[in-house]
Amino acid sequence: MSQAQPAATGRLRDRLDATNLRLLCVLVPLILILGYLEGDKLFGVAGLRSMAFQLPELGLLALAMMIPMLSGGIDLSIISTANLCALSMACFMTTWLPAGHGAGGSLLLVGYALASLFLAALVGLVNGVMIAYLRVPPMLATLGSMTAVKGLLIGFTHGNVISGFPAPIVFIGQGTCFGIPVVLVLFLAVVLPLSVLINRTPLGRAVAMIGSNERATRYSGIDTRRSLLWVYLLSALLAAIAGIVMVARFNSANAAYGESYLLVAILAAVLGGVSPLGGFGKVSGVILSLLILQLLSTASILLGLSQFITLAMWGAILLLASGGIVLKGWLDNRMRNARPATPADLPMKTLDGRIP
Amino acid sequence: MPEPFKRLAQTHEARLLLVILAMAAILLVATPEFATLQNLVDVLSANAFIGIMSAGLLVVIITGGIDLSFAATASVAQYAALTIANRAGIGWPGVFAIALAIGLVLGLLNGVFVNSLRTSALIVTIATMNVFYGILLTLTHGADIFALPDWFNAGIEFVFHTDEQGAKLAVNFQIITVCVVFALTWLLLKRTNIGRQIYAVGGNPEAAQRVGFRVGGINLLVYGYMGALAGVASLVQAQFVQSVSPTALVGRELDVVAAVVIGGTSLSGGSGTVLGTILGVTLIAILKNGLILLGVSSYWSMFSTGLVIIGAVIMMALETRKHRVVAEKGGAA
Repeated sequence: MSQAQPAATGRLRDRLDATNLRLLCVLVPLILILGYLEGDKLFGVAGLRSMAFQLPELGLLALAMMIPMLSGGIDLSIISTANLCALSMACFMTTWLPAGHGAGGSLLLVGYALASLFLAALVGLVNGVMIAYLRVPPMLATLGSMTAVKGLLIGFTHGNVISGFPAPIVFIGQGTCFGIPVVLVLFLAVVLPLSVLINRTPLGRAVAMIGSNERATRYSGIDTRRSLLWVYLLSALLAAIAGIVMVARFNSANAAYGESYLLVAILAAVLGGVSPLGGFGKVSGVILSLLILQLLSTASILLGLSQFITLAMWGAILLLASGGIVLKGWLDNRMRNARPATPADLPMKTLDGRIP
Repeated sequence: MPEPFKRLAQTHEARLLLVILAMAAILLVATPEFATLQNLVDVLSANAFIGIMSAGLLVVIITGGIDLSFAATASVAQYAALTIANRAGIGWPGVFAIALAIGLVLGLLNGVFVNSLRTSALIVTIATMNVFYGILLTLTHGADIFALPDWFNAGIEFVFHTDEQGAKLAVNFQIITVCVVFALTWLLLKRTNIGRQIYAVGGNPEAAQRVGFRVGGINLLVYGYMGALAGVASLVQAQFVQSVSPTALVGRELDVVAAVVIGGTSLSGGSGTVLGTILGVTLIAILKNGLILLGVSSYWSMFSTGLVIIGAVIMMALETRKHRVVAEKGGAA
C-alpha cells in the first residue's frame, strides 16, 4: 500500500493537470481571438466588471453541483435550494424590515441570512439521509426534493415575485469594494476554503474515493455514509449562498428563477474536468471552465449575438471537449498500436455511478 | 392465496396499482366529477404528451442510458413541422412525416454521440439539448406561432357521445396516439428480439457485447426511437394547446423522468416495464387531477408531486435493500 501510493497519487496528479492544461489550451486562444475581435470593449474595465458581476452565480451553482458529482452522485435540487434561500430571505426582509439601516439592521440581515442558510441546509440533510442511509440513487432523491421544494415555494408564494430590499442587500449585489464587485469577493471567499477542503483534507479525499469505488472506500475504514451526508449538506449550502447572491443581484426573488442554470451547472462542472462517473475533479478546473463559459457569453452579447446562441455554443464546446479526449485516446492507441485495450478504454458504467 | 397470484402482488406494478385504486376510490367518494367520461377524456388528452415521452424514455433508460434532450428535440420538430404546414398545404401525413423525421435525425445524432464520445449519456444529451434549443431560439427569436392551419386545429376525433348540452365526448388525436405509442413500445420490448437485446444491454453491456449484440446499434435504435416519439409528441402537444411555443416544452424533461422512475424503472438499466410506466404516468395524472377536483389550489400540485416522487423512490430503495439482504443470506446458506 505504502509503496503503491506515491505512484498512484503521481498518476492522479498528472491526470488532473492534464485537464487544466487542456482547459488553458481553450482559454488562451479564446482570449487572444476575442481580444483581437473586441479588444477594449471586452477586456476594458467595463467588460471585465460585468463579467465579474455575472460569474459568481453560476460559479457557486457549478461548485454546488461539482461536489456531489465528485462522489459519483448528482444534485438536481440546487436551483430549488437556492430559490428557497433567496425567497426566505426576501420574505424575512419584507415582513420584518429592519427599522434603521445602521449596525442593528445589518445584524438583523445577517441573522436572516443565517436562518435562510439553515433552511437550505435542511434540504441538504434530507438529500443526504435519503442517499447515504436509505440508499436512494442520488439522481432520484434530488429529483424528488427538487420538485417538493419548488412546489413548496410555489405553494407559499403563488408564483409571485418578492422584491424591494434594504440597501445593504442591494450593495452586495451591485456594490464594489476597491473596484472589485462584492459578489466576486464573496465568491472568492467561498472558493478558496472550498478548494482546500476538497483537495487537501481527509473529507475531500474520501469524497473522491467514494466516487471511484464506494465499497472499497467503506472497507478501508472510512465512514462513507457520513461523508456522503456532508457532500449533500455542502452542496445545499453552496447553492444557498448562490441564492443570496441571486437575491442581491436581481433585487427580487421568485420560485422559478435560475432554472436554466441547472443543466448549465452540470455542463460547467463536466467541462471543468469533473468526471460524471465520480472520482476525479478539481476546483481549479471548474473555475477555468467557468471563465471560458463567461467569456463566450459576454463576448457574444457584445458582438450583438443572441443570448441563445451562447447556449448552443456552450453545448457544442462540451461535445468538442469530449470529442477531443476521444480523438487523443484514439491517436495514442494508434501510436502504441500493439497495446491491448485497458479497462479505461471501456467506458461502461451505470449512470448513477453506483457499484452494480 | 395461490402462488402466482402472491408473486404478482409483490411486484412494483401491483403496489402502484393499489395506490392508484385507493386514490381513485377516495376521489370517487369525495367528488362526483371524477368518475365522469368527460374527466377521463380530459385527463388522457392533457397527459398524452408526458405519456408518449415516457414511453420513449423508458426504452432509453432500460439500456442504462438517459436522454434529457427530448424536449428540445420536440420543440424543434414542432416548430419546423408547423411552420412548413403554415406555408404549404401538406396535410396530416406531411406534418407527421416532417416531425417524425426531424425527431428521428436529432435522436440518432444523440445515439452517435453516445456511441462515439467517451462520456455518459447524461452529459451528451445535456450538451445536445443546449445546442438544439439554442439554435432553435436563435433562429426563431423565441416567437410563438398562434395561427395554425384549420385542419390541424380541428384535429382528428371520433365522437362517441354527445350530451344534451352539445358537449362532445370523443376519442381524439391525443388519446389515439398515446395508446398506439404504448402498444408499439410494448411490442418492441416484449415481442421482438431487439427488445431482449435492449434489456440485455442495460443489464450488462459487457456481457451483451461479448454475446455478440451490437451495443452501438442498439444505442442508435433507442435514441432514434426516443427522438421519433418526441417528434410525434410535439404534434400531440401543439394540437392540444392549439399553438406552438419554442420555450414551452424545455424544462419538462424531469417530469417525464419522474413518471418513468415512479413506474419502477431502474436508472442503472436492465429493468422496467411499459405497464409500470403507464401506471407511473397515471399516478401523477390522477394526483394532479384529483387535487384540482377537490378544490386544492393548483399552486400546491407540484409539492404533492414531489412528495409522491420522494415516497416512491424511498420505497423502491428499501425494496432493493431487502432483496439484497435476502440474496446475501441465501448465498451464505
